[in-house]
This record gives sequence, structure tokens and C-alpha cells, in this order.
Amino acid sequence: MAGAGGGGCPAGGNDLQWCFSQVKGAVDEDVAEADVISTVEFSHSGDLLATGDKGGRVVIFQREQENKSRPHSRGEYNVYSTFQSHEPEFDYLKSLEIEEKINKIRWLPQQGAARFLLSTNDKTIKLWKISERDKRAEGYNLKDEDGRLRDPLRITALRVPILKPMDLMVEASPRRVFANAHTYHINSISVNSDHETYLSADDLRINLWHLEITDRSFNIVDIKPANMEELTEVITAAEFHPHQCNVLVYSSSKGTIRLCDMRSSALCDRHSKFFEEPEDPSSRSFFSEIISSVSDVKFSHSGRYMMTRDYLSVKVWDLNMESRPVETHQVHEYLRSKLCSLYENDCIFDKFECCWNGSDRMVERVQYFKL
Amino acid sequence: MMLSKGLKRKREEEEEEGKEALAVDTWWLDPGHPAVAQAPPAVASSSLFDLSVLKLHHSLRQSEPDLRHLVLVVNTLRRIQASMAPTAALPPVPSPPTAPGIADNLLASSDAALSASMASLLEDLSHIEGLSQAPQPLVDEGPPGRPTGGAPPSLGALDLLGPATGCLLDDGLEGLFEDIDTSMYDSELWAPASEGHKSSPEDGPGKEEAPELDEAELDYLMDVLVGTQALERPSGPGR
Repeated sequence: MAGAGGGGCPAGGNDLQWCFSQVKGAVDEDVAEADVISTVEFSHSGDLLATGDKGGRVVIFQREQENKSRPHSRGEYNVYSTFQSHEPEFDYLKSLEIEEKINKIRWLPQQGAARFLLSTNDKTIKLWKISERDKRAEGYNLKDEDGRLRDPLRITALRVPILKPMDLMVEASPRRVFANAHTYHINSISVNSDHETYLSADDLRINLWHLEITDRSFNIVDIKPANMEELTEVITAAEFHPHQCNVLVYSSSKGTIRLCDMRSSALCDRHSKFFEEPEDPSSRSFFSEIISSVSDVKFSHSGRYMMTRDYLSVKVWDLNMESRPVETHQVHEYLRSKLCSLYENDCIFDKFECCWNGSDRMVERVQYFKL
Repeated sequence: MMLSKGLKRKREEEEEEGKEALAVDTWWLDPGHPAVAQAPPAVASSSLFDLSVLKLHHSLRQSEPDLRHLVLVVNTLRRIQASMAPTAALPPVPSPPTAPGIADNLLASSDAALSASMASLLEDLSHIEGLSQAPQPLVDEGPPGRPTGGAPPSLGALDLLGPATGCLLDDGLEGLFEDIDTSMYDSELWAPASEGHKSSPEDGPGKEEAPELDEAELDYLMDVLVGTQALERPSGPGR
């Protein structure tokens, strides 16, 4: 992986130990631009890890069955499937190239043997089916083993084809392509708890899709001002509530989070709840807004809390309290005195993700390292 | 009046203004404030302003600008510009669109060809201020100073006055500039070694820009944006 790291701050107590279990990919400096990983996502059970890169590829790792003779060793992840999800495209109307870089991957809840995931670049979302094949049929009547058709006059007996085991083959096939619904760059996708719909969010709009329907989507949030001169804020992340299929949240570049209820109106421009922490006057600077910009928002599994990530901290919010977070964890406070340099080299605009672990004790995931 | 001298003077003036204008809502000018303790306030905000304008230009040069980056830079620029605003003591100047204005106009066209609108905006600026060298700094990628190899100098203010190019010239255009003191746009002003200025427009068209010219142009452009440069001109139509 061209730069991956992990950190952790458990919510309450320092009883967790963190270490690198595995490092995949090139460790040296010489990494091709296309190989730079742009997003990672575990499946719900954690047995699969999907990564997307700047070259539009998705690589899925699978955790090996834990060895009974080594019960304390952690399961290792090995490559399970690789496929080209997105290709670079050209928008002829606007004369713009659309990058193939994968911005987000989200797994669908598992319902059968096959696994499904959504992957998106700046403009197009795709639904992929990942299925295993470990048997093949042999003994066809009309064709022989290499697939050539047999001469019908030579067939004297009929046989029933039988299934024989083969080396495991993992196939990824595109099942749906959801395109042409976003004017701006898609930054988030989130599967709804109803398992039928999902949302996609760009800088100014959030659309609601049905997984079966690709030729239309519903716009549920639109913050584009009538006059673009008045634009001061963009959407940075969005997510559906894990249990309430009518509730979603979206974060903004000004460090605010809005919770919307789709039952109240078709267009959720008016929020139901508004989460914002008042600015600390002692730490105000020219860069206050930039570092307050929320780069990721995630509900806890319980649905009671949500976590937000900005440049320097991770905050845990109780959905019942809009005035301020219940917990704030400084991730790299030592950078606060270097904001000017970080602004100069654009690092201050970098985005980080965060996620909860299985038991809702907080985990922070750094997207990439900086020296 | 030499450009570099003008620059120095501007900074000294700003520092004095900064000390006088401390108020509750100008915390960024308060040298005791922990956030600005590191650098002299005027220098910090002025160079941050320059940096932010450069970032804005760079962002808009992208074929499809990152809207989040753009909005954050514009908002930061607004904060910095607000902190650099002249105090009430200075006369109100009918200045050309300042940075937020430019940013607003730029954002307005963000759906359409952004670079085209920015070019036209700067062209408007240049017609007002006589600084139609503006396109040149935009062409500069990365290290400043090197003019694009082999490219003819872009239409200068000087060319408007001289007989050189036919495309923009009209006798009517000269009439427009009759009452504006154009001596400051004399080409000799741009040469790094020259002192003072001479009102000899005929010297203009012949001079090639030196590599340092682009940086000086950019500084001049930013002075214009801040509105301080406008103050140094004799009171005239200005606009």
C-alpha cells in the first residue's frame, strides 16, 4: 500500500495495543501514481478488505482461516480478487477528463454466497458482484473438453454432465452502473439499512438511489446557492443511520453536521438537527475554518453516537446533544503550531477517515502517513 | 516612484496601521495573541494573502477545480483580506474588485469555464488599472520568473499607448486614457535596475520583460487588489 497507517484511541482506557500486522504492497519510495491507494473498506464481518487505488482498480483481500495449531496468531489477509472498476473517461460536453480514481467503496450486507460492493469515482457509481467458482461441469454432450463442438453424427450415447472441483476462481462482474447524476465530485456513498437504497453525495448535492434502478435518482439535499457567488460551504461526507432508514447525516467544510429526516419532506434542505461546536476564541487563527472542516462522519453501530474527523481531532457526538461533542480527541496536536507551513504545502487540506470498531470503542484510521 | 520602494513603503504603513488599529475583532493583529505570536502581524497577513491568491489562481487553473479547496481558500482569503482592510482614517477609494469580489465572480462562473471567466475578469481589471500584463502571471507554472519561452510579450499597457499593435488600438481608446497619469506604467518601471520613472511612452514597446518582471507584476496586481496601490495615484477617474 502506498502509505497506510493505523492509530487508535479507545474511548475510555488505554488497554489496547496497536501494531502493524501486515503491510501489503510496495514499501519503498518508488510507487507508481496509479498504485496509490485512495480508499479502504472492511466488509461487515471483517473477513474481506477492499482497497481502491488511483488507477481505478479494486483489490480485495481475504482473511485466512485461523490456523488451529496457532490459535493466537491473527488471521492474515491475502489477495482474493483484483479487478478494474473504473476507467478514465472523457466528458465531451465539458471537455474534461474524469479520473478513474476510486473515491469510496462500500460493501452491501451479505445476503447469499456472492458478495456485493459499491465503488465510485468522481462521477459514476458501480455495483460489483464478487462470486466464487470452485466447481466446473464436465461431460457435455455437444462439445468436448476444449469446448469444440462435437460432430452430432458421432454422438452415440447421452451422458449427464458432472460437477468436478477446480481451483478457486473469484469473479467480479459489474451488475449496475449508476451514472450521470452528479455535477460535482462524489465524496461519499452509503448503503441504507433497508438494503434497497443508498445515497451518493457530492460537494453540493445528495442523491438517493434504488439499487435496482440505474436510470434515475432522487435529489434529497441541495445546498447549491442560486448565486454561486454566495457559496461558502460544501458537503464533505454523508451517511445513513444504521437502523433508521429515514435518517441521514451530512457534514460540511465549516465543521457542522446536519441530521435530516426524509419523512419530513422530500427535499431535506432543512435539517432536523444541527451539530456545531462553538469556536474556541483562544485558538482562533486564519486557518480555523480549514482545520474545522469535517472530512468524515460515521455513526456508531448502536446508532446513538456519531464520530467526526477534522484535521486535528476526532469528536464523538451524542445524537441527542447538538451543542457540542461528548468527547474530543486530539490526534496530532503538535501540528497546530505548524498550520502556516501546512497551508503553504497544501497538507492542511488533506482528508482523513475514521471508523468505529466492532464494539463501538472508537478507532481512528489515518488515510496516509506524512513525514 | 519605484515599484520596489512603493512596496516597502506599503509594508511600513501597514505595520503602523496594524499597531493603531487594534480592536477586539482584529485579534489577528494583536501581537500578544498566541496565534500570531510567531510572525509580525502585517508581514504574516500580507504574505498569507499573497499565498492565498496564488492558491486561488492555481485552484482555478485546474480543468475541474476541487470545490472544497476553492471554498476554503476563498473563505481564508476573505478573513485575511478583512484583517488587512485599511482603517477608517483612509479615504474611501473606488477601487477595483478586491479579492473577495474576484473570488465571488470566480465562484459564480464555476459551473462554466472558470479560467475563461478569470481571464476576462483580470482583463477588466487591467483595463481599469492599465495592467494588461495580467495574463502573463497566470501562464507561470511552478517556479516564478521565467516567461514562457519564445512567446511574444502579452499585450502591455504600454502597447495601448504606442503604435505597436493594431488590434486593440483605436484613437478613441487613447482618448479614454487622456486624463489618467500613465507615467507609472512606463516600461522602465519594470526593469529591476531602473530608478524613478520617466514619462516616455515611446520607450515602452521596445522593452522585453525581464524574468523578475512576473514577480513584480504579481506583487503589483496584489497591491491593486488590496487597494493600497490605488491610493498612490493622483486622484483621478480611478474607478
